[in-house]
Amino acid sequence: MKKNLLSFRSTLTVAALFIASMVTALSLVSCGGGGSGASGTDSTGSSDDALLGAGSSFDYILFSKQFSEYNKANGLKVNYQSVGSGAGISQLTNKTVDFGASDATMNGKQDSALSSPAIHIPITAGAVALSYNLPDVKDTLNLTPDLIAGMFLGTITKWNDPKIAAANKGVKLPATAILIAHRSDGSGTTNIFTTYLAKVSADWNTKVGKGSAVNWPTGIGGKGSEGVSGTVKQTPGAIGYVEMSYAIQNKIPFARVQNKAGNFITPTIASVTAAANVQIPPDSKVSLTNTDAPDGYPISGFSWVIIYKEQKYNDRSLDRATKLLKLLSWMIHDGQQYSGALNYAPLSPAAVNVGDAILKSATYDGKPILP
Amino acid sequence: MDTSVKNAGITRSDLPLRVIHSTPEGIAKAKNRIRRSFRQIRTENVFRQTLVIVGLLMVILVLGILLTLVVQSLPSLKTLGPKYLWGKVWDPVQDVYGALPFLVGTLLSSFLALIISIPFSLAVAIWLGEYYPKGWLPNFLKNAVELIAAVPSVIYGFWGLAVLVPIVRNLEIRLGVSPIGQGIFTSSLILAIMIIPYAASLGRSMIQLVPSQLKEAAFGLGATRWEVIRSVVLPYTKSGLFAGILLSLGRALGETMAVTMVIGNTSLMPKNIFAPGNTMASVIANEFTEADKPVYVSALIELGLVLFLVTVVINLIGKKIIDRFTHD
Repeated sequence: MKKNLLSFRSTLTVAALFIASMVTALSLVSCGGGGSGASGTDSTGSSDDALLGAGSSFDYILFSKQFSEYNKANGLKVNYQSVGSGAGISQLTNKTVDFGASDATMNGKQDSALSSPAIHIPITAGAVALSYNLPDVKDTLNLTPDLIAGMFLGTITKWNDPKIAAANKGVKLPATAILIAHRSDGSGTTNIFTTYLAKVSADWNTKVGKGSAVNWPTGIGGKGSEGVSGTVKQTPGAIGYVEMSYAIQNKIPFARVQNKAGNFITPTIASVTAAANVQIPPDSKVSLTNTDAPDGYPISGFSWVIIYKEQKYNDRSLDRATKLLKLLSWMIHDGQQYSGALNYAPLSPAAVNVGDAILKSATYDGKPILP
Repeated sequence: MDTSVKNAGITRSDLPLRVIHSTPEGIAKAKNRIRRSFRQIRTENVFRQTLVIVGLLMVILVLGILLTLVVQSLPSLKTLGPKYLWGKVWDPVQDVYGALPFLVGTLLSSFLALIISIPFSLAVAIWLGEYYPKGWLPNFLKNAVELIAAVPSVIYGFWGLAVLVPIVRNLEIRLGVSPIGQGIFTSSLILAIMIIPYAASLGRSMIQLVPSQLKEAAFGLGATRWEVIRSVVLPYTKSGLFAGILLSLGRALGETMAVTMVIGNTSLMPKNIFAPGNTMASVIANEFTEADKPVYVSALIELGLVLFLVTVVINLIGKKIIDRFTHD
């Protein structure tokens, strides 16, 4: 009898296993139909008091520090997944997170996928540095917008090109071939850099354009900032773009870039903050590239936190919405003190003012959340 | 289990179908026997069902993956059409997607890796299988070769970037091609090292399975070692050797991390084997996270579909070739 029971039980187990795997297979298929990750349970509606965020990997180090400090002071836990700006926006679209973070503003297609309007809050600023490998050149190179566009388009191919020499009088340039190193993975860094090039070069705008991944006319791709800087370090004659904070931390030499006012600017935290001290539109959706500020570094950009303007969706509580808004307000004020030490550029006063106004526009059930 | 004890007590005359002894003992024995055979049948059934279900599960999973890929690539299939396969431009900004450079990059790097690896994996297989099947050195070598398969691919990537790329760059300077160091050739070298164990291990065990009578007969006829290997061992094991090579090709086609770190990652069509290029797997890994438009995402998934189909087609061709070998 015991054995009978045993075999009956094993049949049950087998059947259960089978059903479970069928469900897995089916959910695989259905997930395919519904776009990415829509099938998960809705975490924003849960009563768990940890806030959820996802997006830009550029923001990750600053956010980790800010959230840990905020947790110490206010006991609020924030889980942030640094999955990339694009993935962060799609998670916000699917309402699986409380906020997304992105190095680029949402484009029209992303906007239209949202069920209700979203607002962008500038949270920090970053810059893209041009690092190069010329072992015999001791001086810091000066680069004009035309030179950068020419090199990355493949029209300037040697370091001793007269155009480079003209911007660097007195520097002895070698006859080495220029090798372009770019990011192979889609990234906010690429977006800032190509946006800049599209602004300063009509040729670039028509031939390549701007985006987090583009069709590079020349050069080789490296994965991540470390991939690009690895290629640059290894290859004499190489030039590539990396995040400024990465270049500073790893002590990679980088070039001065001529800004709109005609000054050659070294990328530093101060020159990036200066780049953001310009007239900022009320929705904060502005590209800082090619800034008008005379002491601003021209290849800079904001990073934004994106939330829904109307915070009452699914079954979110007013409490949760208020916590989120208070956190964001802290991040653009007190939270900025942690930027400098981590090589992020603190927000300019102009950006903080605009951010404040935007946060006040957020509502719960039509009523403003912050006083 | 006490069945064996009971079994020992049952004689031929006890079998219930023949005679049921009308003594209480006899009836009890017969009932026991019947119950036991029912249990046996049930166990058999459950076991068979388990096998079928688990087997079917694998088929369902593969079909599910295929279905997912097809469904998710529909937007791209609709907008881009078959031109996707022979288009040479991959431009996410203009929403123009052509997979040909990546298809070429994948096939070129994988087959090049296969050609580089075959002499090594054959040599290891023959040496370990035929010359020195036992002893500490062959054992050590066998484990070392198998360890190659256990090293995570990102480590190969690092090693390739730090060590192999400068070497290849020096080679390129001597050959007079543009000295970048990263490119299809470098990734083929890395891949070749990574896939050696697959063909070598399978080949070694196949070679050890060659019946010794065959070899001894050949030796008896005056054949040398080389002649025995050439005319007995290799013909006897060729389908197994080929299966190993096919296995390693499959590995090379799908390898992502190590390749993406040394191949140069450009969407331009590779002009020669030293030029930078890209493979389908590495494009997906690179661009998927930041793909911000539906068609872009779908085009990347279609790339996965193409990779899936390429692997299937190559495996089918391989099966055909193995069949022909074995029927000769």
